[in-house]
Amino acid sequence: MLKARVMPCLLLRNEGLVKTVKFKDFTYVGDPINAVRIYNDMEVDELVFLDILASAEGREPPYKLIEEIAGECFMPLSYGGGVRSVDEMRRLFSIGVEKVLLNTAAYENPDLVAEGAALFGCQAIVASIDAKRGLFGKYEAVVRDGRARTGLDPVEYAKEMERRGAGEILITSIDRDGTWEGYDLDLTRRVADAVSVPVIASGGAGSVEDIGKVVKEGHASAAAIGSMAVFQAKGLGVLIKFPKQADLARVIG
Amino acid sequence: MITIVDYGLGNLSSIKNMLRRLGFEAAISADPAVIERAPKIILPGVGAFDNGMRNIRARGLEAVLNRKALEERVPTLGICLGMQLLSDSSEEGRERGLGWIHGRAVRFSFPEAPARLKIPHMGWNSVSVRSSSLLVKDFLPEMRFYFVHSYHVVCDEPGDVLLSAEYGGPIAAAVQKGNIMGTQFHPEKSHKFGMILLKNFAEM
Repeated sequence: MLKARVMPCLLLRNEGLVKTVKFKDFTYVGDPINAVRIYNDMEVDELVFLDILASAEGREPPYKLIEEIAGECFMPLSYGGGVRSVDEMRRLFSIGVEKVLLNTAAYENPDLVAEGAALFGCQAIVASIDAKRGLFGKYEAVVRDGRARTGLDPVEYAKEMERRGAGEILITSIDRDGTWEGYDLDLTRRVADAVSVPVIASGGAGSVEDIGKVVKEGHASAAAIGSMAVFQAKGLGVLIKFPKQADLARVIG
Repeated sequence: MITIVDYGLGNLSSIKNMLRRLGFEAAISADPAVIERAPKIILPGVGAFDNGMRNIRARGLEAVLNRKALEERVPTLGICLGMQLLSDSSEEGRERGLGWIHGRAVRFSFPEAPARLKIPHMGWNSVSVRSSSLLVKDFLPEMRFYFVHSYHVVCDEPGDVLLSAEYGGPIAAAVQKGNIMGTQFHPEKSHKFGMILLKNFAEM
C-alpha cells in the first residue's frame, strides 16, 4: 500500500542551509549539496528546498544551485521560493525539479496555480500555505515569509487552491516551526479533511512519534521535517540525519 | 547509446543522471535522425496525454518511434506519461496513443472510499511481479518505487502487466510486450530500487 511520505524540508538563505524558529532566528546549518548527498545515501522519500529570501527580495530562484542539487538527487525534489511565473516553473522542471511550491505568488496572482497545473499537470504544483494563530485562536494564512496577513482561513484557502488545480497542499504552522513540540494536528486535520489532494504537514516535528500522530490523527499524506533532519536533538548541534525506516514503519505502517 | 526522447515533456536529465551513475551514457534528443540510430529508447513524460501525443506528432517523431519499436524492435521503455502513451487512448484526452500495448488510461476514482485515498497516487508504493522479464532481474524481496499519477493504464491483455501495485485495487505499475516496456512509476526518482530496474534495461 502507499506509504505516508517523510521528507526533509530544507531552507535556503543566500545559498546556504538554515533553520528557523517560528520563521525567525536563523541558524546556519551547512552546505546544501553536502546535505543532499547524505540524504541520498539515507534514501529519504523526497526532498523539499525552500528559498526563504527569494520572494522577499524579488529574486529569481537560484537555478544554478538547484541544478546542482537536482543532479545529486535520485528521489523526488520539490522547490519553492520566489516562483512567480510559468517560465520559471518550466525552467525548474527542465533542470530536474519534480514539483514547484507556490506560496506568496499564488496569493498575489490567483491564476498562476491554474496556469501551472494546465501546462505541467496538477501533480507538479504544490500550494504552500503558512498559517499563524491570531487573536482568539483563529488561524490565518500569511504570505511573504510570515510577514503579510491575508485575512483568509487556511482551510478555505486550501480548498480554493485545490479548486484552482494544485495537486498537493503543504500546510505549515508558523507557531510550531522549529519548536520540536509536535505538529499542529488540529490545523493539519482540518485542511486534510477538506481537500481530496495529498496534504503535507509541516512545522514542529520533534520525534518519530510526532510523525506517526500527524499521519494517523492529522490525516496528513506526508510529513515534512525540518529541525529533526538537521540537528542532533533540540538545542544541540548540526547533524544531517533522517529517521530509520524501521522506526517510521512502526508509527506510520 | 541509449536515447532519451525529448518531446518537450518530462524530467530527462534525472534519467540521464541515474544512467550515468550506473555507468551508462545516454543521449537526450528530439532529432528523428538521432533516434533512428538508437540501440535503445526511453520515452519519458510528465503531464497530460494530449500534450504528449501532440508534441510527439508535431516534432515528427511518431514515424521513427513506430519503426524503432515495432519493426526494428529495439528495447523501448516508457516512463510515467511515457507508459500511458504506449496505450490506445486516455480518458484524460482525445488524442490517439501510440497503440503499442493495447489498453486505455483511466482516471482513478474511489466511489466507495472517497475520504482517504487521495488523487493523484503520489508517493512510494511497493510492487508485485506478475510475469518474468529481464527487466525484473535481481529484484529484492520488497521493491518500492515513486509514483505520481492521476490516471492509470488498464491493459486489454492481463498478460501485458509486468508489475502491479495496490491503490484502491490492483493497478498496472509496469507493462511489457516483447521489446516494449513501460513503468508508471519513476525509476529515476526511486533511488536504489530504480537503479536496479534501469540497470536491467541498460544491460538488455
